[in-house]
Amino acid sequence: METLMSLLVGLFFTIGTYLILTKSLLRIILGTSIISHGVHLLILTMGGLKTGGPPLLGLQDLPFTDALPQALILTAIVINFATTALFLVLSYRAYKVLGTDDTDQMRGNHDE
Amino acid sequence: MNNLIILPIIIPLITGMVMVIFRRNIKLHKMFSLIALSASGIIAVMLMGENKNDGIQTLHLGGWQPPFGVSMVADMFSSMLLLTTSIVAVCCLLYAFRSIGEERERHYFYPLFLFLITGVNGSFITGDLFNLFVCFEVMLISSYVLISLGGTKVQLRESIKYVLTNIISSFLFLVAIAYIYAITGTLNLAHLSVRVAETGQSGLLTIISILLLVIFSLKAALFLFFWLPGSYSAPPVAVAAVFAALLTKVGIYAIFRLFTLVFYHEPQVTHLLIGILGAATMILGAIGAVAYWDIKNILAYNVIIGVGFIIAGLASFSIEGVTGSVYYIIHDIIVKALIFLLGGTIISLTGTGKLKDMSGLIRNHPYLGWMFFIAALSLAGIPPLSGFLGKVFITQGTFEAGYYWLGGIGLLTSLMALYSVIKIFMNCFWGETYLSEDMESGTTKGVMVPIACLSLLTILLGLGAEGISAYTELAVKTLMNPEFYIHAVFGGQTTP
Repeated sequence: METLMSLLVGLFFTIGTYLILTKSLLRIILGTSIISHGVHLLILTMGGLKTGGPPLLGLQDLPFTDALPQALILTAIVINFATTALFLVLSYRAYKVLGTDDTDQMRGNHDE
Repeated sequence: MNNLIILPIIIPLITGMVMVIFRRNIKLHKMFSLIALSASGIIAVMLMGENKNDGIQTLHLGGWQPPFGVSMVADMFSSMLLLTTSIVAVCCLLYAFRSIGEERERHYFYPLFLFLITGVNGSFITGDLFNLFVCFEVMLISSYVLISLGGTKVQLRESIKYVLTNIISSFLFLVAIAYIYAITGTLNLAHLSVRVAETGQSGLLTIISILLLVIFSLKAALFLFFWLPGSYSAPPVAVAAVFAALLTKVGIYAIFRLFTLVFYHEPQVTHLLIGILGAATMILGAIGAVAYWDIKNILAYNVIIGVGFIIAGLASFSIEGVTGSVYYIIHDIIVKALIFLLGGTIISLTGTGKLKDMSGLIRNHPYLGWMFFIAALSLAGIPPLSGFLGKVFITQGTFEAGYYWLGGIGLLTSLMALYSVIKIFMNCFWGETYLSEDMESGTTKGVMVPIACLSLLTILLGLGAEGISAYTELAVKTLMNPEFYIHAVFGGQTTP
């Protein structure tokens, strides 16, 4: 299971990197979004994938699952939502003002 | 347990949130933000006093024992940085009152400013790697908005670069956290230090430490500074000054914390790499500072030189070197804010950042001119101003550690930094006066107060170095002896 997850994380990183290296802003944002999913899965995998019960005192006979990676991912997801939303708004605004979403054409108007 | 520690996070955060409710009342915004930042400064002073008398202060949130809960730790290094942060933030805020403009004020400039300080303060006192990430994000999201607030073309273009760079480095930070958690099973810094010392710093851990170094280098503009000159010249002056003073220092603080507390077992690999990065940063920064004829660019490259120099002290990893870094980091926060505010004032007076289009300002603005001169000398580390002691100690430390090349490069780039700012001084203030007072596009009215405060502070820090030496010694002692930090967090209990 861990191997499969690692491959999936690798795939996400590949796709994300490919998208970030393109010129269109929207694709770049999608790329960061996909990489973020890869990162979250990586945290989950690194915490160890077990089919265990919740870490509660009453449940003695089950193997416990580590709750910390889930807590970490939850925080990371929330933060990632915020940054992605902000980035989308920012790029929309940049598209409106600069008149292009091509990162190549954005430069060159340094002295306006 | 000491509840004071959480206050530098809570006060700006709550005040900022309250201010969002009273969105139309700008006067209230100004008053509240000033009070909140002053209060966090006072708390930093109190923390420094407690650090001096009782050692490192800790707070375990919700009473959860470490390493299971969230720990806040304030040692002398953090407390000193907290105090400097508050002072600089208050000065930049005073500058912003006069210069930021009503449009930005109405769009939540002051709450965002406070949230930025929340993130900075939080990064300084968190005792946990994941909360360091969270505080970084709080700081970064506010900085994304502050850098693009106003929506001019330059701002939008540069902010996209800045946001993308930082988002990617945040992902890498999470990757590093995942790996560290898999190997050591903990994220509490003190506990990490114990675990790494127990199992030995294996090659894998060293690689992860280098990954963390890369991440913090991106934030601190250590070698990976390609985003900095553009991003720091886009926003308004008060914001650029805060960024230059604080944001890079947070990255530097994280590098210091990790490489003195956790990853100190393989200095021949990690600290040598830090030294090489520092040297490269200084050289490239100095070349940039000398090459440009635009005030904003020259100042931005001076930030980069400062980063390289502070890191050189850590690379030497000796008592002298780290002492120098502690002195220099505090000096650098103050003097970078000062020189950015001065540069911004010059630009608002002349209406241009190009050195060749300005001349002879000193006739109409003698105080501004001489304060710029003081700031320039202080930046280069001329005695008796504040940069001098830090430079001496860092150079001594690098020489004693046998890194003669590093110390040499540090001294050489100091000269180049001095040349670059004196170039501004000569072109801007000397020569024939083109502009009469009524032809100027801006005014110095009201903005001179924060500039004068910071100038006074850099002089006082230089003259009164003896007075703060007791505090810096303590800061260095806790930095160089990780067992103090571990003992403070675990309170003498056995670590699980």
